[in-house]
Amino acid sequence: MPAIYALYVINKSGGLIYNKEFVVMASNNLNDTLRLASIWHSLHAIAAQLSPAPGCTGIELLQADTFDLHCFQTLTGTKMLMVVEPNTPDVDILLRDTIYDLYCDYVLKNPFYEVEMPIRCELFDSNLFQTINNVHRRWGLLH
Amino acid sequence: MMFGLFFSLKTFAAAMDPRTDTKSQLGAPLRIGESCTFRSFRTNNYKLHFLESPSGIKIVLNTDPNAGDLRDNLSYIYGLYVEYVMKNPLYTPGEPFKCELFLRNLFQFVKTIGL
Repeated sequence: MPAIYALYVINKSGGLIYNKEFVVMASNNLNDTLRLASIWHSLHAIAAQLSPAPGCTGIELLQADTFDLHCFQTLTGTKMLMVVEPNTPDVDILLRDTIYDLYCDYVLKNPFYEVEMPIRCELFDSNLFQTINNVHRRWGLLH
Repeated sequence: MMFGLFFSLKTFAAAMDPRTDTKSQLGAPLRIGESCTFRSFRTNNYKLHFLESPSGIKIVLNTDPNAGDLRDNLSYIYGLYVEYVMKNPLYTPGEPFKCELFLRNLFQFVKTIGL
């Protein structure tokens, strides 16, 4: 069954600036999550270097036994990661269109937000939850 | 560099696993087949498929990004490796190999995948 587990935002130097879980899952503590974020940052760069063809921009989708991880890199180098159930459809579109829009509107356009710093914006949180709940409702996970 | 990438991706996948509650500490050595591992990743211009056998042999296939799930094909290649490399009496395990029969069958098989 498709489901969205969590969203992570990594700034362009590899630091975790946002993490949020949407369902009950086996989570890591904050220190490990920060380390995983910077590990992902370097794996993304190494995969781009190992490309057999020129012009590679890094990993977009990682498929593992129990989850899929979608990574969307913005033009400025910020990465948005979404951990979902294997074979959940249309996550790349959700990230690129909906979540990125929310990030621009409620985080970047917030005059009190400093770029590259951890995201603490109530409006972003509430709108994100609403979006994810809508998606889950569409898949029949919520009523 | 490639080995480092796979090693870190395995650690990463084991730590990210949303279903297992009892995860070992981040960075602790992992036994093969014990925890959640990654099977492929896709970038904008290539897709890498990965299979690790119980003995630690890793089979990697680089394809076009639109390729589907190739796990069965990877295990078939592993079968070829067992048949033509491991069962070759002149082969010393752990050394680089150059078996004509393996290569011939591999090329033939890769053509049949039809990518």
